[in-house]
Amino acid sequence: MKISRNTLLTLGALIIFAGFLYVAQNMFNTYILRIINLCAIYSIFAITFNLIYGYTGQFSLGHAGFAAVGAYVAALLTMSAQQKEANFFLTPIVPALATMQWPFLFAIIAAGLLAALVGSLIAWPALRLRGDYLAIATLGFSEIIRVLLVNMQPVTNGALGLKGIPPYTNLFWSWGCVVITLFVIKRLTNTSYGRALRAIRDDEVAAEALGVQLARHKLMAFAVSAFFVGVAGALMANLISTIDPKVFLFFLTYQIVGITVMGGMGSLTGSTIAACLYTIFLEVLRPIESPFTIGNLHVPGVPGMRMVLFSILLLIVILFYRHGLMGTREFSWDRLFEFFRGKKKASPLTNSEGEQE
Amino acid sequence: MSLLKLEEVTKKFGGLTAVKNFSTELAPRELCALIGPNGSGKTTIFNMITGIYVPTQGKISFNGKEITAKRPDIITGYGIARTFQNIRLFQGLNVVENVMLGQHLHLHSNPVEATLNLPGYVREEKRMRLEGMRLLESLGMAQLAHDEPSALPYGQQRKLEIARALATQPRLLLLDEPAAGMSPADSEELMIFIRHILQTFDLSIFLIEHQMRVVMGICPRIIVIDQGEQIAEGTPEEIQNNNRVIEAYLGVADYA
Amino acid sequence: MTFDQFIQNLANGISLGSLYALIAIGYTMVYGILRLINFAHGDIVMLGAYVAFYGVVMFMLPWWVAFPLAIILTAGIGVIIERAAYRPLRSFPRINLFTSAVAVSFLLENLGNVIFGGRPKAFERPAFMDIALQIGEASVLSYTPIIIVTAAILFAILIYIVNRTKVGMAMRALSKDIETTGLMGINTDRIIMFSFMLGSALAAAGGILWAIKFPQINPLMGVMPGLKAFIAAVLGGIGNITGAMLGGFLLGVVEIMIVAFFPDLSGYRDAFAYVILILLLLFRPTGIMGEVQAEKV
Repeated sequence: MKISRNTLLTLGALIIFAGFLYVAQNMFNTYILRIINLCAIYSIFAITFNLIYGYTGQFSLGHAGFAAVGAYVAALLTMSAQQKEANFFLTPIVPALATMQWPFLFAIIAAGLLAALVGSLIAWPALRLRGDYLAIATLGFSEIIRVLLVNMQPVTNGALGLKGIPPYTNLFWSWGCVVITLFVIKRLTNTSYGRALRAIRDDEVAAEALGVQLARHKLMAFAVSAFFVGVAGALMANLISTIDPKVFLFFLTYQIVGITVMGGMGSLTGSTIAACLYTIFLEVLRPIESPFTIGNLHVPGVPGMRMVLFSILLLIVILFYRHGLMGTREFSWDRLFEFFRGKKKASPLTNSEGEQE
Repeated sequence: MSLLKLEEVTKKFGGLTAVKNFSTELAPRELCALIGPNGSGKTTIFNMITGIYVPTQGKISFNGKEITAKRPDIITGYGIARTFQNIRLFQGLNVVENVMLGQHLHLHSNPVEATLNLPGYVREEKRMRLEGMRLLESLGMAQLAHDEPSALPYGQQRKLEIARALATQPRLLLLDEPAAGMSPADSEELMIFIRHILQTFDLSIFLIEHQMRVVMGICPRIIVIDQGEQIAEGTPEEIQNNNRVIEAYLGVADYA
Repeated sequence: MTFDQFIQNLANGISLGSLYALIAIGYTMVYGILRLINFAHGDIVMLGAYVAFYGVVMFMLPWWVAFPLAIILTAGIGVIIERAAYRPLRSFPRINLFTSAVAVSFLLENLGNVIFGGRPKAFERPAFMDIALQIGEASVLSYTPIIIVTAAILFAILIYIVNRTKVGMAMRALSKDIETTGLMGINTDRIIMFSFMLGSALAAAGGILWAIKFPQINPLMGVMPGLKAFIAAVLGGIGNITGAMLGGFLLGVVEIMIVAFFPDLSGYRDAFAYVILILLLLFRPTGIMGEVQAEKV
């Protein structure tokens, strides 16, 4: 097979990016590292929401639940026996989990697999529902998962949550997972199965009449999506090192929907870009929530102001930039070159299928 | 042996009987038209054959196998393909991808093999694209392969729907008002095209039409229904001279 | 459980249910017309409660001025939201409308946080609502029957508007077919605006009554009632006003009764609604009163 210019460029960019991660991991302080890691985690969340909604048209609001499953699995599998004992002081932990401690890689995979299992279980009855009803049902499932987390004390430590999860997540883990997620989902959506998913999104009746097994394909989309959400949940648990059921309120899902819409429905690279912008934006604005002084003027901090600005920004994007940052386009080298040569296409919203590298 | 067999098929929606005791048979390689005024139950019959509706009563078999109340995708797998009255192309797929989707049900590679781009899948993908292009070529649409379906003229969209259905390799093709909204000249051309399909592919065609004039020239056998019931069946001449048909149908339609 | 306890729980369940029902109506009206799950509706509930609170505490208004004023102001905010955030997106994919609703919800909650402060505030009920009433052996505070009666009056007004007035007829027509209704010479924009006004007014009333029943208000107080009310709307068959009321009462009574009969399950209380919802959706996807719509093929 010939190696095209674009493949070389992609490889080059990946190597440069890996180099950047290496330098960053060793140079930046934990605060900045945490932000760059969060960018990666939100990227995965948004990419997977794009798969389930942008590509398959299934309005699923279960992301927070899948992420919770992944986070708790990874947390319980990576914490040491002492940490678990320290956490579970009200209700002792179930003996089977008490001393279990796995390497991070296996914990991540287990987190993904269990989330995928939960995703499939949820998808199975939810397959009979369409549109908004699916949205409500999946939102309901996600909330049920959260209520279960609160009530299953011997496994989850209930509302107290888990503290002291080993902070294994670093830039290589998190961005490595982003690259894998992007690669797998991009590949999948380019296969015949991906075409079938898009067909289901466009017209379920016609897709079924052409022999597409709806249940099987939707299940696949749910499972793949939930798997990577679980992985992202695992990364999150081992990054922030303290989780409790409140982290996984449906508020998290809404954020993910917002990010995905801002990036452009159907654009995986758009999801990544929007996730990074969102995370950085929130951090850059952090100072306005604490008191600061400009010259002689003392401004008291306003807690919550960041989210006000974020909601206004989200509204502006939705109202005035309706197709998001990228529309349904993906990043491609050809497009980048065109952009720099000033040969921007007249219609910015043409679908780029077939012209990617 | 008949290819398709409907026995006393009835469909009720609440109190309304859309189709009543409808029976018919289609032989292999036969071209048959189903005509009737608006709302007479033609599409309902198609929807029951293709599994979109479950008949209230009656039995449908295809190729000797009962297919009553089977899922639409399974029925398509048995070899029945259809087009829709209101064009239902996939707007997110380009023209050739629309056709390729018709071949998806014959795909052997599983999603993992496909995602990893294993040689087996690459071969299949290549074959699907080739087959898709070949189909488009035979329809004279090859140069449109990478366009968006919505960019095609109306008549081409209808043809594309037929190509997509043919890609599933059907033994029976159901065409739901393929000439709807077409000019007389275009519908004439379409009828020639349909005859061409019949000769090129080894299949039977069951065709819904609203206007009798369109099918007169090419269909040796015509079934007429009105208000869910079959009122006549025969050659175009027989139908033209049938009193009940004239009464129920020709008198009100735009038959000139 | 004694009979008196049962009566007490029932009164409690009905009053909770009537609150769900009040809020659910706004959801169902908007969904019926725009096919939009207006996730900001729960935050309208919160606004209603806060405006009433500030009317009493800051402007020293008597409750019988502050409460109706709060309802009117909140209804106005509902109209502004529709005009600014939903109307421009009406012809766009539904996800845009949905995301817009989510963004408005974020905005209201966080504005609430910034303006009202994140800490819960104590909502003082008017004195006459705190009188203990004896019903047989059971005792309830007077606000419980007051909530139920107020809600009933509001329902009666609503039913009158929807069924007996011209604008109500237009609303019903709109929820059947928005385009055709427009072609009939009805100003659809105005009717949609009116629906938002009506829905927001009822939500504000629901918010005030909620604050009377649970006298702690905070900027996120609308989230849970909002979601529950939405579930109630779906239970009743979304788009159907009578169904929404029925669904609200059903949900309120079931929630209270399950906890009353099975105290062990009280930790799962917030999950009941969802379990009921999912079961219902699986067995009767259009809700109790919803019409089955066959897709035209």
